[in-house]
Amino acid sequence: MFSGFMINAWTEATIIAVIAGVVGFFTVLRGSAFVAHAVPNGAFAGAAGASLLGISTLVGLGVFSLFGALGIGVLGRRGRHDAVTALALVFMLGLGALFVNLSMEYAPEIYSLLFGEVLGISSNELGPTTVLAIVCVVAVAVLYRPLMLSSVLPAAGEARGVSAFRMELCFLTLVALTTTMTVPVVGTLLIFSLMIGAPAAARSFTDRPGHALVLSVAIALITVWLAIGLSYTTNYPVGFFVGTISALSYALGRGWAAWRRSRASRRAGLAAEATGAGT
Amino acid sequence: MSHFLAPVFEPAFFTSTTVQVALAVGGIVALVAGTVGVFTVMRGQSFAGEALGDIGTTGGSGAYLIGVGPLWGFVAISVVAAGAMEAIGIQRPRGRDLATGIVLGAALGLAALFLYLDATQSNTTGATVTILFGSMFAIPTSTIPLVVVLSLTVVAIVAVLYRPLLLSSVSAELAAARGIPVRAVGALYLLALAISVALAAMTIGTILSTALLIGPAATALRLTRRPGAAMLAACLIGLGCTWLGIVLAYDSYAWPPVHVGWPVSFFVVTIIFVLYLLSGVSSLWRQRRPASHPVAPVESVGAGDR
Repeated sequence: MFSGFMINAWTEATIIAVIAGVVGFFTVLRGSAFVAHAVPNGAFAGAAGASLLGISTLVGLGVFSLFGALGIGVLGRRGRHDAVTALALVFMLGLGALFVNLSMEYAPEIYSLLFGEVLGISSNELGPTTVLAIVCVVAVAVLYRPLMLSSVLPAAGEARGVSAFRMELCFLTLVALTTTMTVPVVGTLLIFSLMIGAPAAARSFTDRPGHALVLSVAIALITVWLAIGLSYTTNYPVGFFVGTISALSYALGRGWAAWRRSRASRRAGLAAEATGAGT
Repeated sequence: MSHFLAPVFEPAFFTSTTVQVALAVGGIVALVAGTVGVFTVMRGQSFAGEALGDIGTTGGSGAYLIGVGPLWGFVAISVVAAGAMEAIGIQRPRGRDLATGIVLGAALGLAALFLYLDATQSNTTGATVTILFGSMFAIPTSTIPLVVVLSLTVVAIVAVLYRPLLLSSVSAELAAARGIPVRAVGALYLLALAISVALAAMTIGTILSTALLIGPAATALRLTRRPGAAMLAACLIGLGCTWLGIVLAYDSYAWPPVHVGWPVSFFVVTIIFVLYLLSGVSSLWRQRRPASHPVAPVESVGAGDR
């Protein structure tokens, strides 16, 4: 399980889990799950187009995810944000369908783009991923305070001179970067599980943002490691395990939060108020 | 006349059974999607619609695995997923995207497994592409009765729920104050959404079904504020886009440089997207002028009831 080619898989997956945990935390905080779904999914078209033109998949993914993300940001300013996201996504997917059709790709390649091929990573994919990961981490470190403020209290952010629109574009660029580095490895459909499941679970365990961020990374790491181990031993696709474990960790988080709430309300003897607040 | 239209319609367009079935099914589905889509956009549940479509992949691939028609798989899984989203908390504005996302993630994991099993065990390698991108020219004639029944179910649900659904979509508080069971109405509506997404998934594929659902409705809602008019417009736009897409896709078999035939889904989605962008220009132009509709939808609905 830890021989030659598997070392690449473990390293790559670890980097991806860290980034997905960090960027996913802001995604959940901002309630932008849809964008986190749309950008990686739409970037699939970029990969298909790149293979049609015979250029690097990474370039196609990068261009499509960046243009898709910024397009959503700009168009979403006017009109309904979720409708714009949906339409931008399906337009990119429509292009993807065309590219796939024209290049006459074989189904297994499409499958691996959508659902990932973590066990087939070569060592020359590690370089770009590492570089992009470092860019992501630096960007989050620089933007941490304004991004946090603008995500939690956009109005207060505006009052302090943090433009919500600019922060939205920064955030979307982060999502695009994450997409570019993760899609070749875990696939367009499953980076999403990692970006939503782990942070959502983390937020049910703790209310403090800093703690939640660390916990989110930890849960993402555990999810990915478990998924690779299970996939290696059972031969089933890694995406299946990522999706299932993410959902399970969220269920655990919800259970924990419910248990803590009920204990707290019993202790305070404010059961009536708790049910009032719950509705 | 037929001579005049010859450059538009390739030979044998109207005599081919495949095309007739595609036009019929695509048309019905476009009408249903337009009707439901207006509410989806008004309620801000585009993500739920998109997710239910994607989740259809799980149902479609599972259906291939056990050897039943993919439409059954689409419908079954969408209804189950809609139930799960409702249980996790799609009715709360804050938990909405999260509930959708969690269910979507789990279902896609299952889809990965099913597609893998399809490819390795039952040797249906084409399943991935067919399920994901649809195959309007490969719909068997025998599916039409089922499509009609499901469409009528959706239209019946929307017709029965029309007023309470409209009110609770515009203002949940107002609806609750008037004694409308907002959650039950929302759950029933989600059922209608699930079925119509399943229908759309069969025609233009699971990951593009959102286009038919959201595109025409969002465009219509930019053109008019009145819900009834928007529904009508959405149906017409959806119908037009679908049929035009079918015509173009049929023509594209004759296009240079490669005579491979471009996918119907691509045309439908692109036309819808372009129309949406154009409608943005028109609403921009309307905003420049003095507002001709000073009454916001909230007030108009409330006033109509009073």
